[in-house]
Amino acid sequence: MMERVNTWLREDPFRLPRAFFIGASWLLLLSLLFPYWRMTLQAPQYPGGLRVDVYVTHLAGDVSEVDNLNHYIGMKKLHEAAQVERFLAPLAIGAAALLGEALAFTRRRWAAVLALPAMLFPFIFLADMYYWLYRYGHDLDPNAPLRLPPFTPPLLGTGVVGQFRTVAELQLGFWMALAASFLIALGLHFRRVVRTALERRQAVRLGPLTLVPEGARG
Amino acid sequence: MMHGKAKGVILGVLMALVAACARGGATPVAGLPAEAQTVIRERGLSPEDVVAALRTYVPGGKYDEYVMFASGGHSGQVLVIGIPSMRLLKVIGVFTPEPWQGYGFGEKGTLEVLAEGFARGKPILWGDTHHPALSETEGEYDGQFLFINDKANARLAVIDLRDFETKQIVKNPNAISDHGGGFVTPNTEYVVEGPQYAAPIGWEYAPLDQYKDKYRGLLTFWAFDRQKGRVDPDRSFQIELPPYWQDLCDAGKKVSYGWVFCNSINTEMATGGIEEGNPPFEAGTAKNEMDYLHIINWKKAEELIRAGKYEVINGIKVIRLQTAAQEGVLFFAPEPKSPHGVDVAPGGEYIVVGGKLDPHVTVYSFEKIQKAIAAGNFERDPFGVPVLKFEDVKEAQVELGLGPLHTVFDDKGYAYTSLFLDSAVARWSLGGPYRKDGAEPWKLVEKLPVHYNIGHIAATEGDTVSPDGKYVVALNKWSVDRFQPVGPLHPQNFQLIDISGGKMRLLYDMPIGIGEPHYAQIIKADKLKPFLVYPEIGWNAVKMAKDPNATEAGRERVEVREEGGRRVVEIWMTAVRSHFKPERVKIRKGDHVIWHITNIERARDATHGFALGGYNINLSLEPGETATIEFDADQSGTFPFYCTEFCSALHLEMMGYFLVEP
Repeated sequence: MMERVNTWLREDPFRLPRAFFIGASWLLLLSLLFPYWRMTLQAPQYPGGLRVDVYVTHLAGDVSEVDNLNHYIGMKKLHEAAQVERFLAPLAIGAAALLGEALAFTRRRWAAVLALPAMLFPFIFLADMYYWLYRYGHDLDPNAPLRLPPFTPPLLGTGVVGQFRTVAELQLGFWMALAASFLIALGLHFRRVVRTALERRQAVRLGPLTLVPEGARG
Repeated sequence: MMHGKAKGVILGVLMALVAACARGGATPVAGLPAEAQTVIRERGLSPEDVVAALRTYVPGGKYDEYVMFASGGHSGQVLVIGIPSMRLLKVIGVFTPEPWQGYGFGEKGTLEVLAEGFARGKPILWGDTHHPALSETEGEYDGQFLFINDKANARLAVIDLRDFETKQIVKNPNAISDHGGGFVTPNTEYVVEGPQYAAPIGWEYAPLDQYKDKYRGLLTFWAFDRQKGRVDPDRSFQIELPPYWQDLCDAGKKVSYGWVFCNSINTEMATGGIEEGNPPFEAGTAKNEMDYLHIINWKKAEELIRAGKYEVINGIKVIRLQTAAQEGVLFFAPEPKSPHGVDVAPGGEYIVVGGKLDPHVTVYSFEKIQKAIAAGNFERDPFGVPVLKFEDVKEAQVELGLGPLHTVFDDKGYAYTSLFLDSAVARWSLGGPYRKDGAEPWKLVEKLPVHYNIGHIAATEGDTVSPDGKYVVALNKWSVDRFQPVGPLHPQNFQLIDISGGKMRLLYDMPIGIGEPHYAQIIKADKLKPFLVYPEIGWNAVKMAKDPNATEAGRERVEVREEGGRRVVEIWMTAVRSHFKPERVKIRKGDHVIWHITNIERARDATHGFALGGYNINLSLEPGETATIEFDADQSGTFPFYCTEFCSALHLEMMGYFLVEP
C-alpha cells in the first residue's frame, strides 16, 4: 500500500499538496449545504427553546417567532440582515473554491495568494456575523414598547436578554470551512517543502512516505 | 421554580406513602421524606386511598394514557377528560355556543354549523347530548372523528379530532327526538341514529287514538364521507319501524358485521293519559312480559336502496315498514320487558341486553339468530315483522342484580354491567370463545358498589373488537355525599375503576360541573393526532382548508363599496402579539360589515381572541386561523375591540377602535 503511494508520489511530488487543495475546495463548496451558526433562545414558555440556524445563504428555524419576540424591543426582522452577503456568499465560495482548485494546477511561487480567499472565508464570516449582531442590538427602534440599552448578542457562548438566555454556537458548515482553511495551510506547507527539496535535490520523508526521492529534479 | 419544588415534594410524599403501605408499618422508608407519614396521618388516608392516589396521579408534563369523550348532557357539549388523572382537558361546543372557542358568537362558520341544526329555521341553542361515538376502522377506534346525538331535537353532530371542533350538525328531517343515536358501523360507513318516542314521521300531527296507524319509529343510517369529514344525507337512508319506542342500538362487528341491534320498551303501544284515567306510561309500557330486540340487516337495506325500494320523505330515502319486514331487513326477538342497553361482544358473537326491570342480562347468539332466520321458524307481529322464538336465539341469561342497564367488555372474557338500582358494577364471565381460562361461563363474578345510581358505563377501548381491559368509568347520576355540597343541584360523579387486576378497585371520584352527562367512550391517547397549530396561516377551521380571505402581514386593508344601495365595508385584518392591524376601523351607521381576521402566529398556544362589545361578537383565533364575521352596524358609537386571550405582556394594549359615525 505504502509502496503504491510512494510510486505515485515519485511520478509527481506535487500531488500531495494538490490533494489538499482539491479536498479543501470541495469541502468549502459542500459547507454551503450546512448551517454555520446557531442561536438558541431559552425561556420558560418555550420548552425546547427557539432556534435560528444561519447558513451562508439563508436563515432557518423559528425565525418568524424570534422576529415576533424581537419586535417588542424594536429589533429589525432577521431576514433583512446581511442580504447582500447572503446573495454574494455562494458566488464568493464558488470563486474561492475555484481559486483553490487553480492553485492545485500551478507551481508558481506567487500562486500562494490564490489560497487566501478560501483560507480567510470562515474568519470573514465570523467578522460579518459580529457586525450584524452588533448592528441589530444597537439599531433598535426608539419607539419600541420595551426599551433596552444597546447590546450585542453573543457571537459565541451565552448571553441574557430579558427572560431569554441565548446560546450561540458554531455549526457543521463553519467547521467544514475551517477544516478547508486548515487543509489549504497544510497544502501550502507541503508545496513549499516539495519545492525546496526539488531545488536542493534532497530527499524528504514523512514517516514511511517518501515525498521527494533523493536527486529528483524540479 | 416553585412549581418544580412542589412537584418534587408531592412525588416524594406519594412514593413514601406507597412504600409505607407495602410494608404495612408506620416507619418512614429510607430516602423518602418523613413528611409522607405526616400527610397520611393528617389527612386520615387509608392504604387504599394512597394506592388509588398513586394510580391516578399524572404529573404535569406527563400525558394521560387514555382520553375519554363524555357527553356534556344538557350543556349540549362534549367533555374531553384524561384517564387515569380524570383531568378535564376541554369542553367542545357542539349544540350550544361555547364562548372560549368563539363557537357561535359571530364567527360565520360556526354560526352556519349551529344553523344547520335549527329546526324549521327556529334557533335551537341547547341539546341533550347522549351518545358520543368515535369513528372506527375495522372495528377499532381510529381517532379521526367523534359523533354525538341530541336526544331532544334528533340531531347528530360531527366533530373533527384534528382540532376537536364541531364541523357539522344534521337535523333529522323526519324525527323530532332520538335516543339511540351516535353508534357507528365498524368502518364508519354509517352513523346510526335510533329513535325513541314514536311520533308521526316527518313532524306531522296525528291524534293519539291513531297511534297504531300513524305513529312510527324510525332508524336513520347517516352515511359518513370520511374524505370530506361530513355526513352525506344523499347516501343516507332511514328504516320505518313500528311505534315500539326503540331505545339504544349497537352495530354488529366481526361475525355479525352488516347488522345492527336495537331494543325497544313499549311493544304495548301505550299512549299514556293518567289525567283521563289511563295507566301512566311507566305502567302502560311495562305490561307485557316481553318487548322486542330489533335485528336489522343494513347490508340488505343497502341493496333495497340500490334497487329503488324506498320512498323519499322530506329529502331522505325511507324504506317503509312493510318492505323492511317482507324483504329480510327487519326481524324481532323477544326480550324481557323494558330492557335498556344492548351491547355487542367484541367478537360480534353475542348481543347482551340489560334487563332494567329484570335482574338478568339476556345474551343472544348471532349464530342462533341466523339459524332461526334461515329456518323460517317465526311468527309475525301485527305489522308483519318476523318474530323469532326466544328459545331459538337465546344463549344465556345471567342474574346480576337490580337494574342492569349497560354492558362493556374487557380483554379477558369478562363483561361489566351497570346496575342502576343496586348502584354497583357487576363483573361477569362471558362464555363460548371468551372462556379459554376454563372458568364457569355466564356467571356473576364480582360486584363493586359505586356512588350512586350508575347509568352508563365506559371501558377503555370498550366498544371495539379489542378492548384494553384497563379501566372502567361509572357515570353516576347521584353523588349525594361524595363532594362538598354546592347547593341542591349536586355534581354528578364519574368514578374511575381499575379492572386490570383480580379485583375491581375504585380509584377516583370526579365531579362533573355540568349535567346530565350520559355516555362516554375512551380511546388510547396515542391514537389521537391533533394539529398543534393550524397547518397553514389563513386556515378556515370549519372548512378545514385555506380560507380565500386569509390576510397576510402587510396586506391588511379596508375596502368600501356600494352594494344594493348600501355601503359594504370589508376589512382584512391580522392579529399577532400584540396588535391588530388595522387598529382603527371607521364606518357609518347602517353599513354592512364583513370582517376577516387572520391570526398570523405560528407558535403553539399563541391564540388571540377578538371581542367586539355591543355587537355580541367574540372569536377565538388559534395560531394560523382565519375567521370571518358579518353584521349590520346598526348602532353608532365608539366600540373598543380587544384581544381576550392573555397573549403577551402587552396583551391589554392589543386593542383597537371600531368607530361608527351616527
